[in-house]
Amino acid sequence: MSDTTADLLRETATRLFQEHCEAQQLRAAEREFPAAAWAAVEEAGLHRALVPEEAGGYGVKVTDALSLLRVAGEHALPLPLAETMLASWLLAGAGLPIPDGPLTVAPVATGEALTLTRKDGVWHLQGAASRVPWGRNAVAAAVLAMHEGVPHIALIPAASWTIAEGENLAREPRDTLSFDAAPEAVAPAASGIGPAQLRAVGAAMRSLQMAGALARITAVSVQYAQDRVQFGRPIGKFQAVQQNLAVLAGQTAAASAAADMAAEAVAEGVRLLPIAAAKARTGEAAGQGAAIAHQVHGAIGFTYEHSLHFSTKRLLSWRDEFGNEAEWNLLVGRHMAKAGADRLWAEITAA
Amino acid sequence: MNAFTFAPPPPSSAAEALREEVRDFLKTELSGRTPLQKAESWNGHDPEFSRKMGQRGWIGMTWPKKYGGHERSALERYVVLEEMLAAGAPVSAHWIADRQSGPLLLRVGTEEQRQSILPRIAAGECFFCIGMSEPDSGSDLASTRTRATPVQGGFLVNGTKLWTSLAHLSHYMILFCRTGDGKEDKHAGVSQFLVDLKNTSGLSIRPVNAQSGEHHFNEVVFSDAFLPETAVIGKLGDGWNQVTSELALERSGPERFLSSFAVLVELLRVLGRDPSERAAIAVGRLSSHILTLRRLSRSVAGMLQNGENPALEAAMVKDLGALLEQEIPEVARLLSPVEPSVSSDSDFAAVMAYVMLHAPSFSLRGGTREILRGIIARGLGLR
Ligand SMILES: Cc1cc2nc3c(=O)[nH]c(=O)nc-3n(C[C@H](O)[C@H](O)[C@H](O)COP(=O)(O)OP(=O)(O)OC[C@H]3O[C@@H](n4cnc5c(N)ncnc54)[C@H](O)[C@@H]3O)c2cc1C
Repeated sequence: MSDTTADLLRETATRLFQEHCEAQQLRAAEREFPAAAWAAVEEAGLHRALVPEEAGGYGVKVTDALSLLRVAGEHALPLPLAETMLASWLLAGAGLPIPDGPLTVAPVATGEALTLTRKDGVWHLQGAASRVPWGRNAVAAAVLAMHEGVPHIALIPAASWTIAEGENLAREPRDTLSFDAAPEAVAPAASGIGPAQLRAVGAAMRSLQMAGALARITAVSVQYAQDRVQFGRPIGKFQAVQQNLAVLAGQTAAASAAADMAAEAVAEGVRLLPIAAAKARTGEAAGQGAAIAHQVHGAIGFTYEHSLHFSTKRLLSWRDEFGNEAEWNLLVGRHMAKAGADRLWAEITAA
Repeated sequence: MNAFTFAPPPPSSAAEALREEVRDFLKTELSGRTPLQKAESWNGHDPEFSRKMGQRGWIGMTWPKKYGGHERSALERYVVLEEMLAAGAPVSAHWIADRQSGPLLLRVGTEEQRQSILPRIAAGECFFCIGMSEPDSGSDLASTRTRATPVQGGFLVNGTKLWTSLAHLSHYMILFCRTGDGKEDKHAGVSQFLVDLKNTSGLSIRPVNAQSGEHHFNEVVFSDAFLPETAVIGKLGDGWNQVTSELALERSGPERFLSSFAVLVELLRVLGRDPSERAAIAVGRLSSHILTLRRLSRSVAGMLQNGENPALEAAMVKDLGALLEQEIPEVARLLSPVEPSVSSDSDFAAVMAYVMLHAPSFSLRGGTREILRGIIARGLGLR
């Protein structure tokens, strides 16, 4: 796909998300799944962007496909776009069919695993997966489980699980799914894809979403500082406020660069080290950035009425999902320590 | 525009090939250097080493061949810089000339200035210092008081420059001073001059020791120092524009986030291959920051390569970089107990001491944290 087609795709996404992510729609989405918005996403085919051409996708470059999630994050899109992209990618990689409708993936929580067995030629999936994003809204899940030491992808329809509902700070569904049923189809995961890679692609996706949300809160905070007048002038004229906003812009730039690094690493075969660094760095930026945005907005930004919280609550949730900063920094730190002091720089340039 | 864009750094296979060459060179050249010496980072001064780099073609790398340059890309140059810094090579002698004085002459210098000076810089034989700050003119650079008064055939300069790094070891200074009548806007009527430090009368260079006790910077006093007309750089009265466009070069390089890299290396050595979880997380975090900053900084190199002027992006790299450089020793000291001392037998303690004694300067030199954030705020449209 050429660069201009990719730009077109991003433009389509921007227009579509703008239309479906107005404040009152985001408010409504905290109570009810925005089905019309999802239908529009499906119609535009955005949810299939990560599916390779040979599996029925449109041949969008991986980094371009992932860049849609930055746009989604910018608009606080209240839909399982990332999750459906990830599930489709896992299913396509395993040569399994990709159902229409919103999809999700499991397991996603640190340290969780599901049990996949095969008896007399019949597959069976057993266990519980917590914090599954958009579980209640998904028509099916792509589950990654080990079987005889080999990572497998199981396609399992929503009818086959029971649900205990949960949510994140932004009131996005994060449900516990319990499985004790036969999946619709099972196949070995694409070569090189296992539990760590699933988490890593999820982490890369959240990094891009956070980069988008940070760009948004930077823009709205700067605008607010220019509009809000105290002591007879816009608060943005006060140096203390300016310096805070400069820090916010710096964190946003760092997050953006880190998210780009993660997207490239996914494209290059899910290289864990840069993704780990990126998720940790964007997560750190998310916390610092959200705090500054709130500080600049004063009390109004603390209200439900104001829309700042749609972005900041997502930032504070996404930094914990698919592994928090500690989890990913641990991976980076162990890698560097194992390489040793004299190899540290070589590892950094090779990452 | 509220967010700054840092395009992905352009890939460069030539740069990666060069990396191996540089590493081989450094392995032999630096074999005798102690960790403490390596911690000096871009403060380490060794004219012999600079000459060797010149012979390799690693100074003035992007300049035209006719001025002794090598017409290589900004990314190839970047690889050389970052490899030098990461390895702790003593690069300070030629650093400023390569980074900003040479490019300034290339951009606005006279043909004669270019021909007489650039090839010597590229050979690693001609060193520069920056004469901007004064006792009463720090962050407010435009308030400079040193004045060049026109006289027959040239100018007489009077005033005092302060904090001039390596003036005592340099051949030339790029002097920033007032040339107007002082009644105009303070950004007008300032100019830049090429000062031959070895052959100018009325000039004295006095050491000002840093808190570490080292003689790094100086006070440079001009009393009726005569500069010929040919010493003017660029246009008389255009000094403000000229000096501000140097800043993207001065602020975005790998020296803006690698100043305390040696601490991380020695920390990793004392922690060993299997550190505690707490230590691994902390080291991982610092590494994640370095990976991100390196990407930002290389992105700016790409912008420079494209002929853009990423002054804002550079301010951002330097602000984020200084935070990291100052945080590294603070994190390190809590992971492995150490009482920093430059005379310690422990490499870790010695390197920690060197960096701790220099850390305050990371957010001062080249533009203070507050000034950089002010520049970013202006870029955001707030000022
Ligand atoms: C190691 C080192 C090497 C150096 N080498 C050179 C060199 O080679 N050549 C050269 O010309 N200079 C050099 N400098 C000087 C350096 O550029 C200045 O230190 C710097 O510009 C700040 O000036 P100042 O030290 O006078 O501090 P000041 O400008 O007096 O600032 C003091 C404090 O006030 C703050 N401040 C000042 N103005 C404002 C404002 N408008 N808003 C908010 N806060 C403000 C500053 O941020 C700082 O925290 C060097 C400095 C160091 C530390």
